[in-house]
Amino acid sequence: MRDFILKRVAALILPFICMYGLYVIFHGHVSPGGSFAGGIIVGLSFIAFATIYGLEKGRAKLPETVLNWTESYGTLWYGIMGMVGIVKGAPFLANKLAGVSLGAPGALSSGGLISLIGLGVGIRVASTMVTLFFTMMEEEP
Amino acid sequence: MSILYFTATDYRIMVLLLILVAASLALYFIKDLLHAVIVYGAYSLTMALIWLQMNTPDLAITEAAAGICMTVLMMVVIFRTSRREE
Amino acid sequence: MRLRNLLFLLMALLAAYVILIAVAELPPYGMPDNPVHNQVSERYITGALEDAGVLNMVTAIVLDYRAYDTMFETIVLFTAALAVVVTLKTAERKGGGK
Repeated sequence: MRDFILKRVAALILPFICMYGLYVIFHGHVSPGGSFAGGIIVGLSFIAFATIYGLEKGRAKLPETVLNWTESYGTLWYGIMGMVGIVKGAPFLANKLAGVSLGAPGALSSGGLISLIGLGVGIRVASTMVTLFFTMMEEEP
Repeated sequence: MSILYFTATDYRIMVLLLILVAASLALYFIKDLLHAVIVYGAYSLTMALIWLQMNTPDLAITEAAAGICMTVLMMVVIFRTSRREE
Repeated sequence: MRLRNLLFLLMALLAAYVILIAVAELPPYGMPDNPVHNQVSERYITGALEDAGVLNMVTAIVLDYRAYDTMFETIVLFTAALAVVVTLKTAERKGGGK
């Protein structure tokens, strides 16, 4: 994986792949896609970078502290978003019942808690994939 | 019971399914595991096209991301620490 | 050896025949009177826009109607990553001894 052409093509393409993944996450509720697919695409861009350029440069792009934080607090973010329903006197993870403003359908801000939860799940999936791959790549042959 | 008839989408899905059968048969006969993983990428690409023909772009995006790129990259990482031949 | 291969081929053809019989009994794809189009999917299709306020129906089901499933799915992802980290990083933590 030390090919010159591969490195240059990856340097051109990978930022756009990462941006596309973030687009899929943020527009998960108005266009096809979703948080899982977007999270996998975002994680994929970092994994491909680490596979092509080596693990040290990949670690420099995404330090282990950031990975630990997103890994640990992604599910907690989901729980906090669910507690909004309980605070407002509705069941756990309630969205419309809790009185959250849903907005105009089709707008980026529509859906109330759905876009926030989707953002959390997307970052969660991306960090899981990156952690899995970095741990497997650290293993010496 | 309605009368069965084939639309253009059905014929497209049939052709893609034939490619799918060919790819999965080839997976059985290939001895080099890296080549097998590449053929598996072709299998996943065909599967994503089938999902697109069936009007489910969500599954197509997930299949393209997870099936093609994720599995191939995972196998490439695993081949660095283990034997490539079967 | 030849007889064994012949037997394997026979068993494979038998299994393929059984599966093809099962597939032939399936309702045709995309017909409106299929059994999958019951009141549950009708409720989702007609009510997703009012209940969740999003255009993408799949996201409405995954993150609103079935939010508990998605929550435990993230917990499953967390457990998978935890298992890989615990399994592969043990040697390093013991001081490099393999």
